Amino acid sequence: MNWLRQLFTRRQIYNDLSEEIRQHLAEKVEALIAEGMSCQDAEYAAKREFGNIARIEESGHQPWMWPRAESILADIRFAFRKLRHSPGFALTAILTLAFGIGANVVVFSVLNGILLRPIDVPQPGNLFQIAHGENGGDSQSYPDYRDLRDRNQSFTGLLAYKVLSVGITLEKSVSQTWGIAASGNYFDVLGLQPALGRFFHASDEHGLGSAPYIVLSYDFWRRQFAGNPGVIGSTVLLSQHPFTILGIAREDFHGTDYFFSPDYWIPVVNAEQVTGWDDFCCRDHGGFILLGRLKPGVAPQLSTENLNTIARQMAKENLKDEGLTLSVRRPGPAGDTHDPMRNALFGITLLAVLVLLAACANLAGIFAARAADRSSELAIRLAIGSSRWMVARQLLAEAVLLSLIGGIVGTFLARLLLGALAHWRAGDFPTRFLIAPDARVYLVAIALSILSGILFAILPARQVWSIDVIQAIKSGYVFAGSFRRFAVRDVLLILQIVVCTLLVTASLVSVRGMMRLLHVPLGMEPRGVTFAEVDLKTAGVPDAQSRLVQRRLLDAAATLPGVTSAATSDNLPFMNGCCWSVYPGTTTQFVPSRVAFSSNVYLVSPGYLQLAGTRLVSGRNFTADDKPGSPAVAIVNETFARQLSGTTTRAIGGHYAMWDKARYEIVGVVEDGKYNSLGEDPQPAMFLAYAQGIGEFIVSSQIYVLVRSHLPQDQITRSLHHVLSQIVTTAPIPVLAWNDAIDRSMMLTRAAATVLGVMGLMAALLAVTGLFGMASYSVSKRMKEQGIRIALGAQRFQVMRSTLSRPILILLGGSCIGLLGGVLAAGVLAHLISFASTRDPLVLAGVVLTMMLLGLVATWVPARRALHIDPAGLLRDS
Amino acid sequence: MAPTSNPDQRDLFRGALEMMILQSLRRQPMHGYALVQHIKQRSDELLQVEEGSLYPALQRMLKDNLVKAQWETSASNRRVRTYRITPAGIKHLEREVSSFEQMLKGIHLVLAPAES
Repeated sequence: MNWLRQLFTRRQIYNDLSEEIRQHLAEKVEALIAEGMSCQDAEYAAKREFGNIARIEESGHQPWMWPRAESILADIRFAFRKLRHSPGFALTAILTLAFGIGANVVVFSVLNGILLRPIDVPQPGNLFQIAHGENGGDSQSYPDYRDLRDRNQSFTGLLAYKVLSVGITLEKSVSQTWGIAASGNYFDVLGLQPALGRFFHASDEHGLGSAPYIVLSYDFWRRQFAGNPGVIGSTVLLSQHPFTILGIAREDFHGTDYFFSPDYWIPVVNAEQVTGWDDFCCRDHGGFILLGRLKPGVAPQLSTENLNTIARQMAKENLKDEGLTLSVRRPGPAGDTHDPMRNALFGITLLAVLVLLAACANLAGIFAARAADRSSELAIRLAIGSSRWMVARQLLAEAVLLSLIGGIVGTFLARLLLGALAHWRAGDFPTRFLIAPDARVYLVAIALSILSGILFAILPARQVWSIDVIQAIKSGYVFAGSFRRFAVRDVLLILQIVVCTLLVTASLVSVRGMMRLLHVPLGMEPRGVTFAEVDLKTAGVPDAQSRLVQRRLLDAAATLPGVTSAATSDNLPFMNGCCWSVYPGTTTQFVPSRVAFSSNVYLVSPGYLQLAGTRLVSGRNFTADDKPGSPAVAIVNETFARQLSGTTTRAIGGHYAMWDKARYEIVGVVEDGKYNSLGEDPQPAMFLAYAQGIGEFIVSSQIYVLVRSHLPQDQITRSLHHVLSQIVTTAPIPVLAWNDAIDRSMMLTRAAATVLGVMGLMAALLAVTGLFGMASYSVSKRMKEQGIRIALGAQRFQVMRSTLSRPILILLGGSCIGLLGGVLAAGVLAHLISFASTRDPLVLAGVVLTMMLLGLVATWVPARRALHIDPAGLLRDS
Repeated sequence: MAPTSNPDQRDLFRGALEMMILQSLRRQPMHGYALVQHIKQRSDELLQVEEGSLYPALQRMLKDNLVKAQWETSASNRRVRTYRITPAGIKHLEREVSSFEQMLKGIHLVLAPAES
């Protein structure tokens, strides 16, 4: 800290030196006078003998200075002064950079939070996920997990977990919550300690239903129990089953998923109690995520080989494991090269970098023009002995200063946006985006700022290098090379136009995609339909009574005043989907290789298809006669029919199976619809009679009660909720308009369209200012020449052509390249937006029109100036 | 002790002025003017010291903690800045003097007429 003290005491040191020298001279003068000199002579002699006071003081200061640092400081001070004198330029540059860098910080934070940041557990480096082979999904069955856990030689520990959504009863009121059912070793493999109480362990499990324990997340504990430590040891009801609170997880642990932050954890041996779903019976009941700690020195590659050897053994022992292949990869989207989110993120990152690049190109142009205007000042500095490097360094300091301020403003804006994003929740789903900027993000922000500063200072710095001092001091000097046929600035502008065209193309494509999404045939008519969601398992309704309760719910809804029709279904398009493997009707062996395809399944009441407005293409609808005991029947959609029998017309009367006891005859075919997202390809779907269930299973625990009504939305919402909550009192009953649910499913697409739109707008603004700058600069620099030409008889139009031909040519060239790039980049866009097609003539026309408009806006003012040159006045002035 | 713009090339040879200052201060603490007079007298006026050049050297030594300075009132009732040598300064002086003597000896040997 010595140097710091020095910095502050330096003035004192300098004063001491000056004072000391004064005293020295006074003493000397006194001595000389004593020798007999006159006062004045003595003073002269003393000064003569002493030497150059100013220089001596200067070199006395030197030991206390850091010459390099201080000259840079001086540069920065000068840069500040310079920028204060041109606030318009400074503001433009700072805002441009703030948006460019801010956009990058936001995008990078999200990328960092989702792809780069390790999971918040000790030693995340050796935590790996076991997924299906090359591009298979993540989920495994619990029996498979047990085999892998017991037989593998490459993991020190292997855990399994799955997400569950059940009702929790707290002080008599039931709320829907999201938690995790985990293998007993979950917390031990992750290496975690509780904040309070204890976790459950593998030793707590003694068979099915033996461990009714629950560990709460810190947030949930704070939210629901006000952080009361006395809750340890008390019980809560999950789906009406008592669970003892064992402990509280630490505040910084939010599970191992990137978006989902669970409310609690329960041992998997007790999951069946609350979900009614048997996890242990079947190797085709997937749903578990497997994470493990690799042994030290074992590479993921080696572990993959080890696991696949085990998988081959398992396939020999169990028919359902036929063809099982596994791979070991980093957990989450980071490890999954096929994750659409990951690819979309990379795409958006690329676009953000392009925007910043365009911003830098833009500023480089403006900066170079400024340096050109300052050419005589710079030349004078060179002439009086400054080195070229020092002048260039001065420009660099100005640029970096601007970009750092821009970076700070941008990062601040980004933080605001990220803060809002981080608190966003999708319905009751406990999402958590760990995207708050961390040290890495700030480092990137600083690096980006400095880099962009350097990037846009390079051009003017190059000009300083080629400056001709003698010529430059004369007035009216223009940098050599400024108006060559092909200058660096032109390249930058072209680059900018290319980026702009690309982004405009992308945003137009996304807007067009959204428009097409809104008009895509849904295969149903959701307008006017309101539904309520009832979870019978949460309500504690025994399986045997579920049909009865469904009946009562349906009857109650149907008799509501203002309701024209009512129906129920266990799943709903756009709410959640359940996929089942479909086998041809003749199958006897239900193994993976015999699967024909997998299909969405909806267990519906007879009136559902009419209520939903799904058109029957052929065959019949469900009737009250489709009940247990009568032949199991199904209605399928056209895609299902085509995939099963190759045609939609011969499908009626065909058979298929889902397993041995679940065989169905197709009695009707309905039109295709959208089931999970608006942008999806046609998917097979089957509708089964709720009364008949699936095979020996009755139904899933969820029931959606749908009503069609012309009543105002809030009125029907209230009355539906009121009437249903009188029948089921022990479960929350959320009510939603179907249209809203569909809207919600479009959120990601909408977000992508917004992001692209904003970036497109930013790029367009940058392109306009860049073109404008270039055009007006070229007009003003050639004012005199044009004045002479007009005086010699040139037409106004000719003048305009000669000044504006360059920017226009650049605009045309850049647009063409950008459009070509946009067409080629359609693949990247397809990751972000459904129906992304850059070959759409409407989109192409839109891009061309937009770019033309931009060109017009950018060159309008300069063109007017060129048209109104007054040759007489101009020639008189110079 | 010609003035130069380069601080590294400061006097007769590198460190000579510093050695003389340190040696003088070792005998007794004194202020700048006294130092100049002292060096002039001791060198029988052989060394033409440009008086001011002393001060940059003193600043360097202050920075390197070879000397300490303190404002005092002199016998002639004048405010003077008196310099004292520090233990580090003594060590530095001894090292410099011995290396200087080594060098001088070497130069002597080379310059001496060959004995044969």
